[in-house]
Amino acid sequence: MSLERIRNFSIIAHIDHGKSTLADRILELTHTVSKREMRDQLLDSMELERERGITIKAQAVRVEWKGHQLNLIDTPGHVDFSYEVSRSLAACEGALLVVDAAQGVEAQTLANAYLAIENDLEIVPVLNKIDLPQARPDEIASEVADLVGDDASSVIRISAKTGEGVAEILDAAIELISPPSGEPTAPARALVFDSSYDQYRGVIAFVRVVDGVFQSGAGLRAMAAETTFEAEELGFFSPERTASETLAAGEVGYVVTGLKDVRRLRVGDTLTTVERPATEPLPGYKDVKPMVFSGLFPTDSDDYPELRDALERLQLNDAALSFEPETSTALGFGFRCGFLGLLHLEIVRERLERESDLDLIVTAPTVAYVATTKTGEKVEVHKPTDMPLDALSIEEPYIRATIIVPKEYVGSMMELAQDRRGTFGHMEYLSEERVLLTYDLPLAEIVFDFYDQLKSRTRGYASFDYELIGFQEGELVRLDVLLGGDTVDALSLIVHKDRAYGRGKALVERLRKEIPRQMFDVPVQAAIGSRVISRETVKAKRKDVLSKCYGGDVTRKRKLIEKQKAGKKRMRQVGSVEVPQEAFLAVLNLNENGK
Amino acid sequence: MHTVGDADTDRGDVRHLYVHVPFCRHHCGYCDFVTAVGRQSEHSGYVDALLAELRREEHLLTSDALDTVFLGGGTPTYLESKALARLLRSLPPGREVTVEANPETVTPELCEVLLAHGVTRVSLGAQTFEPELLATLERQATPEIVRGAFATLRQAGMANLSLDLIYGIPGQRTEQLEHDVHVALELAPEHVSVYELEAKPGTRFTMAYGAELTRQSDQLENYMELATQGLQAGGYRWYETANFCLTQEGDARDLRSDHNLAYWRGKDYLGLGVGAVSTVGEQRWKNAASVSGYVSAVLGGDAPARSNEHVDARLRMWERAMLCLRLDDFLEEDVFSDVLDPQGVERMATRGLVERDGRSIRLTPRGRLLGNAVTIEVLGESGELGGSHSATRR
Repeated sequence: MSLERIRNFSIIAHIDHGKSTLADRILELTHTVSKREMRDQLLDSMELERERGITIKAQAVRVEWKGHQLNLIDTPGHVDFSYEVSRSLAACEGALLVVDAAQGVEAQTLANAYLAIENDLEIVPVLNKIDLPQARPDEIASEVADLVGDDASSVIRISAKTGEGVAEILDAAIELISPPSGEPTAPARALVFDSSYDQYRGVIAFVRVVDGVFQSGAGLRAMAAETTFEAEELGFFSPERTASETLAAGEVGYVVTGLKDVRRLRVGDTLTTVERPATEPLPGYKDVKPMVFSGLFPTDSDDYPELRDALERLQLNDAALSFEPETSTALGFGFRCGFLGLLHLEIVRERLERESDLDLIVTAPTVAYVATTKTGEKVEVHKPTDMPLDALSIEEPYIRATIIVPKEYVGSMMELAQDRRGTFGHMEYLSEERVLLTYDLPLAEIVFDFYDQLKSRTRGYASFDYELIGFQEGELVRLDVLLGGDTVDALSLIVHKDRAYGRGKALVERLRKEIPRQMFDVPVQAAIGSRVISRETVKAKRKDVLSKCYGGDVTRKRKLIEKQKAGKKRMRQVGSVEVPQEAFLAVLNLNENGK
Repeated sequence: MHTVGDADTDRGDVRHLYVHVPFCRHHCGYCDFVTAVGRQSEHSGYVDALLAELRREEHLLTSDALDTVFLGGGTPTYLESKALARLLRSLPPGREVTVEANPETVTPELCEVLLAHGVTRVSLGAQTFEPELLATLERQATPEIVRGAFATLRQAGMANLSLDLIYGIPGQRTEQLEHDVHVALELAPEHVSVYELEAKPGTRFTMAYGAELTRQSDQLENYMELATQGLQAGGYRWYETANFCLTQEGDARDLRSDHNLAYWRGKDYLGLGVGAVSTVGEQRWKNAASVSGYVSAVLGGDAPARSNEHVDARLRMWERAMLCLRLDDFLEEDVFSDVLDPQGVERMATRGLVERDGRSIRLTPRGRLLGNAVTIEVLGESGELGGSHSATRR
């Protein structure tokens, strides 16, 4: 198909603003899927996505409308996946900016809309859910118009639920969005904007062809990863995989690579042919590094091999997930895992528990630190206990947060941000009611229950987004927790020195409550280096014997002891102290107020 | 090794006999022993059945006089008087013959029956001397009746008396337990057993006193310390977790309960009657709880319904160690080396919970208060695989 008749675009929307419903309606309207086949939110194929109503992995679907080929590229809706979002946007010439007519513009929409504008995408503003009784279409339309620098009358008003206005969107997409530019006869180049893993066919790359033509069966090369493979199959999604002989400039589709490792073909890479290779890769490739780390340990230590298998399986579909074996004296064998962010962590954890039926203990998330050692060497630290106690300086990652709140919550938001070591950036009124704030904050402060605080302080009205802005030095210390004099490695933390006392005290108090009394007094301490900053004692129990003895019914007595012994085995051993797993869970979920 | 039922052995060598009499006037709310209320018309038939079971199993017993015979319940002394006399008369003689009695059943006539039939020891279920606590326990006796029963037994010439006390009763206060211990010391029985109240979940009693039982359970460690210290200060030897015997200058008698010592030392014993347990060699069996089922089976010439368990030599060794650790006796490490965990022993010794005398160990007083926890540390795996049980009607 000639470039003139192709339009590539994505949908930018906040969670629950109707992106998936709109996609469903487009599939129906273009007869790509019959109503009967239509499952709600067809594009979100993973069970978890369906349940959370969010899109985690991008997908692309091709539809026909009035003689044009429209490629609809779905984008992940969360900050953790911002690089994937940026690559999806780079594969498009336009974007539908969908805003809920009742809720208005949210921080996430804003961030992605700005990203789209920076990428020179044509924005088609859309107001969804105009049929809702609480919709404020005029007010929100002007909010949206302000954002994209358009007139409020250009905002298309629709109801994705009823289908009203959806055809108008498709017409507008053809009219407003530029056809792809590219050189159909140049050496072939395609941008990999996502990939998935098929257990039989290996890595399947989702691509946008920029130049030239790709032929099924041709030898291909990923320019950044320097991986070569054969295009076992080419095609597009309709919405199922549909094979075709070629994918030409401007088109969006997939390539079955047969590769058995997703890490050999990363998002952002450029595909070209072996026979007639391009000289320059497409711009924008980035090796995304995990920023949030956490230890994952099986509740039952026998499940360790299963956890390893499950992580390997997940990694096939999730190149951003990293993991390496970790041994904890308290929690046994597990893995230190790297995530893009908190949601990513949460998703991985849920998928492990759900898809592999594993019970996990997840240690408190920590960020990636850069420590300068005495010898002047810089080391990256992913685990609190790896932090050298004599580090000359420690740098931590910072983010720029965009927060949108109703104006009455501005004060409490500023308080929260300041409390979390934030530096004020700027503030502006998006409308009479809603205010946008930006702050620079240490990522570590976000990782630690910031989002919950944000929600509870604004009764759920705040929206929040962030981007990484680099590393800054901080006055950080390593806080250790000791039980009976032994450090509990799983509970060590890196904290700002002004916070160390409060956190230490809360941890120690909680542990005292959670640890059952033992045969001896157990001191519970929080310490920075050798300096103890907080201490409590779990008093020794004085009686643990059944004084009744059932005469000759020795079996009954024996069963009792055996049961108690089995209970003891489920305990985690820290030195000579027995700690139930629940205690770790309680402590790891501890927030600032010790609750 | 025991040779159960070998053709060339006329008699076995079991030296301890337990006989269970389930009948009671009232089933106290907290009690979880096998009991049957009233049914006086069945008493005689039940005794017939006991004696029939005895004849079935007699070959296991030594041909000498038994070391101990113990009539437990229920309330053995609630048995209709003629039936009780007939039972006592028909049992093999023993050096120590104990009968459990509830205070309200003790009369001069009863004492006469007991003494005439070789009973050497009476275990009196006092439980407490506080009227409202006795009522809570649904005991039939008042404190006066308890004291009266004690006096009656003494006057009749019963030289070896044991008193049962219970702590952790709903509503109980520390000073009430102190008073109970004080009264016990005044009465000066030869033996005292002090148990905690153990209310099973789902029972009538637990339903009625749930929250208060929880409050009491927080007090149990205080109560146990109080009782053990009080009785020891009063001249009693704390020879087993829950048991105390009088030691007095000039009194050379060993007043420990020989029958219970036999259990704690892992000896073989034969149990007769509903719910009774026997352990002989590597076999353990427990009779089913139904009185009518028991009587009809045994009188019909069959064995009663039983659950059987195979207890191999190592498991019995393990059990012996578990039980011996409740005693103030030393346990020889070499004898029990198969079941002890030397590292656990060492850990407990370091903590002052186990003490050593050469190659023998026992729990220290504090170790005994933590007996279950220490036992778990000191003993290795019981090795029980859980597949050796079966329920049969032999």
